[in-house]
Amino acid sequence: MIRPALPYLLVAVLAGLGVYGILARRHAVLVLVGVELLLGAAGLLLVTVGQTGGGDAHASAQVLTLFVITIAAAEVVVALAVVLALYRARGHLDLAADLDPRGRPDASVPGPGHLPDGEAAR
Amino acid sequence: MSGLDVLFLAVGLLTAGSALLAVLSRQVLHAALWLVVTLAGLAGCYLVLGAELVGLVQLLVYVGAVVVLILFALMLTRSGGVPVVTGRGQRGGAALVGAGTTILLGGTLVAGSGWRAVEVAGPTNTEVAEGVLGVYVWPFELLSALLLLALVAAVAIARAPVGGQDDASHRPGPAPRALAAQGEDA
Repeated sequence: MIRPALPYLLVAVLAGLGVYGILARRHAVLVLVGVELLLGAAGLLLVTVGQTGGGDAHASAQVLTLFVITIAAAEVVVALAVVLALYRARGHLDLAADLDPRGRPDASVPGPGHLPDGEAAR
Repeated sequence: MSGLDVLFLAVGLLTAGSALLAVLSRQVLHAALWLVVTLAGLAGCYLVLGAELVGLVQLLVYVGAVVVLILFALMLTRSGGVPVVTGRGQRGGAALVGAGTTILLGGTLVAGSGWRAVEVAGPTNTEVAEGVLGVYVWPFELLSALLLLALVAAVAIARAPVGGQDDASHRPGPAPRALAAQGEDA
């Protein structure tokens, strides 16, 4: 016997923290951490409904959670590739800065062709 | 409170606490490592709920692969000096939106389910396998295509010329040589 309210509360907390992480971070990888928390909340909600909501002929909840996990893996691979490309183009991962890689290089941020951090200072 | 309740409470508190630290930590690497604890705790939640297969897949895919990818990305980009949090105003707004999400979602879900205890009665692993390879076989096959596509796309994006257009001034290649030549001249 388990109270479904407990997993549901955890789902709500994880979703709220994920939203906060997406909105309050300016490092690109940390925004991804928030996205992962949101996806984890979605998976936990699916599993909780499947395990406590009565019979289901096709085990849909668990199957769909497996699909969500797989899609999240594909998503994170592409997102990290974009992060790497962004780092090569800009030399930093600050989402609050100007992020258009074709824009004019700003004096304060290293632009295309500039080397990041220590090497640019040489 | 039954035994499962207490067990879930313990694992859930661990998960929520580490998620909070993953979102609040100012060190990028610490946040990624707290994410490991969160995802492992989530796998524990799945185990407590009786979904062993999903829990183990979560452990394998997330803790094993996704987190390693994130750590690799952090080390390849070594952005130590970049500020990780936004200004006070945006953080306050984000906290407001996050708290609103939590209250709305939690209120709706708990109001819908009530506080009573129910029996854990999930499908067996045989039924899950029948679902994956029977009813959902076409989405499952599509997923393999999606994974292949994501792999190829990731390689293409990570190796693409900087700036999206193949302009000589945008290529990262010549810069180190130019710098080295300047060093030799001096």
